[in-house]
Amino acid sequence: MRKRFEAVKINPRRFHLNQIPFLLIVLPIAFVMMLPLVYIFNHAFKPYDELVEFPPRFLVRRPTLDNFIELFRATTTSGIPVTRYLFNSILITGIVVLVSIFLSSLTGYALSKMRFHIKGVLAEINTIALMFVGTAVAIPRYVIIEKLGLINNFLVHIVPFLAVPVGMFLIKQFIDQVPNELIEAAKMDGASHFTIYRKIILPLIKPAISTIAILSFQSVWNNADVSATYINSDSLKTFAYYMSTLSAASNPIAGMGMSAAASLIMFVPNLVFFIILQGQVMSTMAHSGIK
Amino acid sequence: MNRALARVKSFFRKEKEAFKKDDKAAYLFSLPYALVFITFIVVPIVLAMLLAATSFDMVNFPSFVGFSNFVYLFTADSEFMRSILPNTLKYAILIGPGGYVLSFLMAWCLAQLPHRLRTVLAVILYTPSLTAGITMAVVWKVVFAGDEAGYLNHLLLEMGLIAEPIAFLQSPKYLFPIMVIVTLWGSMGVGFLAMLAGILNVPKELYEAAYIDGMKSRFQEIIHITIPSMKPQMLFGAVMAIVNAFSTGAIGVQLSGSNPTPNYAGSLIVNHIDDYGFIRYDMGYAAALSVVLLLIIYLFSKLAYRLFGERERK
Repeated sequence: MRKRFEAVKINPRRFHLNQIPFLLIVLPIAFVMMLPLVYIFNHAFKPYDELVEFPPRFLVRRPTLDNFIELFRATTTSGIPVTRYLFNSILITGIVVLVSIFLSSLTGYALSKMRFHIKGVLAEINTIALMFVGTAVAIPRYVIIEKLGLINNFLVHIVPFLAVPVGMFLIKQFIDQVPNELIEAAKMDGASHFTIYRKIILPLIKPAISTIAILSFQSVWNNADVSATYINSDSLKTFAYYMSTLSAASNPIAGMGMSAAASLIMFVPNLVFFIILQGQVMSTMAHSGIK
Repeated sequence: MNRALARVKSFFRKEKEAFKKDDKAAYLFSLPYALVFITFIVVPIVLAMLLAATSFDMVNFPSFVGFSNFVYLFTADSEFMRSILPNTLKYAILIGPGGYVLSFLMAWCLAQLPHRLRTVLAVILYTPSLTAGITMAVVWKVVFAGDEAGYLNHLLLEMGLIAEPIAFLQSPKYLFPIMVIVTLWGSMGVGFLAMLAGILNVPKELYEAAYIDGMKSRFQEIIHITIPSMKPQMLFGAVMAIVNAFSTGAIGVQLSGSNPTPNYAGSLIVNHIDDYGFIRYDMGYAAALSVVLLLIIYLFSKLAYRLFGERERK
């Protein structure tokens, strides 16, 4: 009977003393991993003298909201309301996350489960693409975006980021795990490919979809480069870009507080989004007849 | 000539036959992705590869120079052979498997814990990946700062282990190990999440059956049940670990504040590419370096496929 118990240790329902060894391994590492989180939160509430203090301290002693007030004042005096940048960022991030997941998962299904003789080649090109380091690509990409007339076009924030090779790769790996019998059975019942995709594949690969959503949210939300490189009109730029210029524009010393507050404001949505979706990452798929 | 023509013809005939048997829906499903992927990713990469055969200062139109960039790379670029390549390989061999094993170990340990505790710990472990770029360099620079104000120096001085503060980040001796530590610290990324999901999704019945069949230890459980049941995630994690190991080189430059790093001690191929591309304005040579780096990464990823790739099943 003891052996049966061993077998169900993974994903336990409640805390048990025999889980302590695992905690002993994870906790020290978690402590070190937590440092940046502590730092970001504390730094944003530091008054000026603590910001420039040397050696710097992790924890804030006299927390203040001054940095945020200053940041807010700076945003209300510049020409374009900050809500405009925020709106841009939310719109861009929303569209990119949703559409890129849709495209990656459709393609992942085609490459994993359909009769499709070039699927091996396509998957290979996809993995090679994610191995190429970006520096040399910058100029060719600029030229292409320019030729397509996307300079200073709102779409430049969205269209080039709809194909995410890492996302497609991950989703394909998860779809590989879905048993073929399940799909064959659905076909037998007369389901179309799109129905199979929607009713069988999508519910089964939720962990992969959430992982990719987290990843693409991070890369799009924090992206200030696109605004800096391809956009001229201020009204088309993103919140991330705006935050990065605010602190740089004022003098470096007064800017320190503002940039600490801005980092926190930029960071919190990442954290919230991750916390919301990680439940899905760790949700176990319904094992309807798997293996 | 005729034989070549015949070969081309037979290639197209075979392709056509294969196409007839394909699911036409597959083309439809992958078309939107493929269009964006080819336009914004494949074409720029192909152009970048072509740049490798040119001399390009980013002002004048690239001029064709054949293989001379590669010849220079392997015969005349003394830093490349002496420091950059050995550094890159050493770094990758520590970071790749190190980060991979650490991610798996953490994911596996988390899977042994109940839901709430696991959630909190997963959020904490993932935060370095969330904050990458914001605080990474700032926090670590403070820890390893070269005067007595740096946390580590302060600690070592207090304990009487050293008499003088050590300039960790400017020292060729210490920079490299620090880079490894900092990168490992930030290595719980997508691979970690994918493996966590993979472990939690191994059907419990498999474990039960194995214990009834006489499996004895948790270690056997990992080797015989957990890993084989999550090969796709293991492969994904491995490829991501390899890619990260070779492309997360910015850290040495950020920490030391200079590119090239002191004595090239912490310089990797990625830094060398940036050095040539953005500092010396020799994009052609930077492109040649990128192509070599791609080949290296590709070679290592083939190894991962050998280990975890599924045999093509019908």
